Amino acid sequence: MKTEYRGSIHQRQKELMTTWYDRLESSQAVAMMISGNCVELLEAFGMVPLYPEINALQLAIRHQSLEPILVAEEMGYAADNCAYVKADVGAWIKGITPTGRPLPRAALVLCNFVGCNTYVKWFEHTAALTGSPLYVLDVPFLRDDEPSEAAVTYVVRQLKEIIERLEAISGLRFDMDRLREATRYSAESEALWSKIKRLCQSTPAPFDAYFDAITLMGPLYVYRASREGVEFFQAAHEEIARKVARHEGVVPDERFRVVVEGPPPYSHFRNFRDMFTKWNAVAVASTYSTVGGLWEFGFRHDPDHPLESIARHMLEQNVTNRNYLQRYDQIERYVHEWNADGVVIHFVKSCRLFSAGQGDMRDYFTKQRDIPTLYIESDLEDPRYFSEAQIRNRVDAYFEALEHRKQTVGLKVQR
Amino acid sequence: MRFAAGVDVGSTQTKAVLMEESSGIVGRALVPTGANVSKAAENAFLALCREAQVDAHDVGFVVGTGYGRYKIAFGNAQMTEISCHARGAHHVFPNTRTVIDMGGQDSKAIRVGAAGEVLDFVMNDKCAAGTGRFLANAAEVLGISLDEIGPLSLQATRPVKITTVCTVFVESDILSYLAQGKKGADILGGVHLAIAKRTVSLARRTEIEPAITVTGGVARNVGMVRALEEVLGASLQVSTDSHFTGAIGAALFALEKLDRSFETTIWRSHEPVHGSR
Repeated sequence: MKTEYRGSIHQRQKELMTTWYDRLESSQAVAMMISGNCVELLEAFGMVPLYPEINALQLAIRHQSLEPILVAEEMGYAADNCAYVKADVGAWIKGITPTGRPLPRAALVLCNFVGCNTYVKWFEHTAALTGSPLYVLDVPFLRDDEPSEAAVTYVVRQLKEIIERLEAISGLRFDMDRLREATRYSAESEALWSKIKRLCQSTPAPFDAYFDAITLMGPLYVYRASREGVEFFQAAHEEIARKVARHEGVVPDERFRVVVEGPPPYSHFRNFRDMFTKWNAVAVASTYSTVGGLWEFGFRHDPDHPLESIARHMLEQNVTNRNYLQRYDQIERYVHEWNADGVVIHFVKSCRLFSAGQGDMRDYFTKQRDIPTLYIESDLEDPRYFSEAQIRNRVDAYFEALEHRKQTVGLKVQR
Repeated sequence: MRFAAGVDVGSTQTKAVLMEESSGIVGRALVPTGANVSKAAENAFLALCREAQVDAHDVGFVVGTGYGRYKIAFGNAQMTEISCHARGAHHVFPNTRTVIDMGGQDSKAIRVGAAGEVLDFVMNDKCAAGTGRFLANAAEVLGISLDEIGPLSLQATRPVKITTVCTVFVESDILSYLAQGKKGADILGGVHLAIAKRTVSLARRTEIEPAITVTGGVARNVGMVRALEEVLGASLQVSTDSHFTGAIGAALFALEKLDRSFETTIWRSHEPVHGSR
C-alpha cells in the first residue's frame, strides 16, 4: 500500500542534500540552529550552513543514534539531557557521520539561541570539542504578540557583529546587494512553501504535512536563499498541485485529518507513521514544520530591510521562540483552516523546550475547545523512550473514539 | 443461539467472556498470561467454551483486546482496551461517565459518553507507578498474598507516608518503615493512599464526572477502592466482574458484528489476523 508521497521532487531533494554535504567539505561551514536560522547571511558570503540537528536526526532515522548517545552518557551527560545534544556530541567523539565521511570543522559556531537555552550549552560544547570560534547570538524570547523595536535593534546589532566575523573568516567584504538578493530568494521560496502547505487544505491531502514535510524541510533550511531553492519549491508546488487536481491523496481513502504538534520520534519514524496510515489518517498541518520558520500566515524576508527582517524572523516567526498562547492559536488555525478532525501531541521526553506545557495544551484543546486531542510520549532521538505497545494503544484508542464521534456527532470539530 | 466472545490479554491475566445475543454473559474464564501470550489467549478461550459448554466453532465472532490483542491467532478483530473498558463499564453500570481502570501495568481514566463511547482518556506514561505491579511488589516485600493486602490496609490506624510512587523504590520505603517497627496495616494503608493519589491526579486530567466506575484487576482490592473514594471524595461503582470489564466490552463489540451492524459503528481497528475463523 502506498503510504507516503514519492514524486520526482524527492529525487531532486536527494540531489540537493547530497550536493549540500559535498559543499560542506569544500566551503566554509557555519554551524547553526535550525530555529530562526539566518541562512541569508551565509549565502551573502558564499558560506554553507551546518546543522547539528540534521546530523543528529539522520543518525536516528538510520537507527544509529543509540551508540553516540551512550558515548555521551559515559562522558557524564544525564539521562534526561537533550538527546540531540548527546547524539551529536557522541557522534563527534566517535567520528560517526550521516554520510560516513568526516564532517568539516565549522569556521564559526553560531549559536542563534532561539527559544532553546539548551543550545547555548550544546554549541559551547561543540566549539570546545572542535576548537571552532563561538558566537552566541542572544534572541530575546517573544513574550508579547510582537517583538519590541528595542529587541529588533538588539538583534540587528548582533547580526552586524556576525557580519564582521564572517568578513574576517571569509576574507570577503560584506556586500549588501548580495544579502538583498538572498532575502529576495528567501521571500520567493517562503511564498512557494506556504502555497505548498496550503495545498493540504484540499481533501484528500496530497502529502503528509508532518511525515512528508520533513523531506521538504531540508532544502528549506539549506537552500531557500538561493536560486536553486526557489526552483526546487517551484517544481515541488507544481508537482503537488497536480496531485490535488487529480484528487490524489497521500493515504488511500483518507479518513482522518489531524494536526500534529511536536517533533517526530526519528528513531522509529516508519513505525510511527504506519500507526497513522493504518487508520487512513493524514497530518494536514504540523507545528514541527515551522521550527525553521513560520511563513504560512504571511511573513516574508524583506529585501528592502534585510537585516531587520532576519531579526524579525528570529524573534517571532518560528515556533520555538513564540509563547505558548501563540502556539495554541497556530494549532487552532490549522484545525479550522486545514479542516482537521483533531490534534496529536507528541511529547518529547528529552526536549523540555518543545514539550513543557503540552499537558496543559492537551487539556486546553480537549476541555475548552472540544477538539479531540491525543497525547503520546517518546523521544525525537533516543530509541529507548519509544514503547511501541503503549503508543500503538493510544493511537488506536484515539481513532476508535474519533470514529465513534464521527458516527454520533459528526467527525468535524464543532466550529 | 448465537455466541460472541471477548478475550482481554492483559499483562498479568488473560480474561475471556462469552455472550449470547439474547441472554448476555454466559461464561467467563481467567488464566495467567505468562510468557506465551498467544497460548494464554487460546487457553482462556477454550476454558471459556468448556465452562459455558459451548462448542468453540459455535462462537461467531471473537474480539481481542488488551496489550496482547494482536497476538490472538484465532480472533477475528481487535479493539483497544480503552474502548472495551468504556463499553464494558457502561454495560454493567449504564450511568457510568468516568471509568478508572487499574491493571497490572497501567492505569487509565476514561471519560465515557451516554452510549458507552470514549470521549477522552489519559493513561500513565512509560512507568508502572500507581499500578497493580506497585501493589504486587509491596505485597512481596511484606511477605503476604496479593488478596490479603486490601483488607489488611483497611485496618490501618495511622497510615505511613509513602514518598515514592516508583514501583522499584517502594521496596526500600517499606523496608525502612519495617525497620522503624511500623505495622504492616499502616504501611499498606500508606501504599494504597499513595497509589490512589497518583491515580486520581491522573484521572483529573479528564473531567471526572459521576458516576465513576472502577474496573480492572485492582478494582477487586477493597482497600484500593476505599482509598480512591477517600481521595476523590466520591463513591465508586465496582462490579464483581470488574476484572472482566475489558473482555465484556470486547464481547459486546463482537456481538455487534453478529448483528452485521459493525460497519456503521466504531469498528475499524482490524488488522490482518492469522487463521481467521
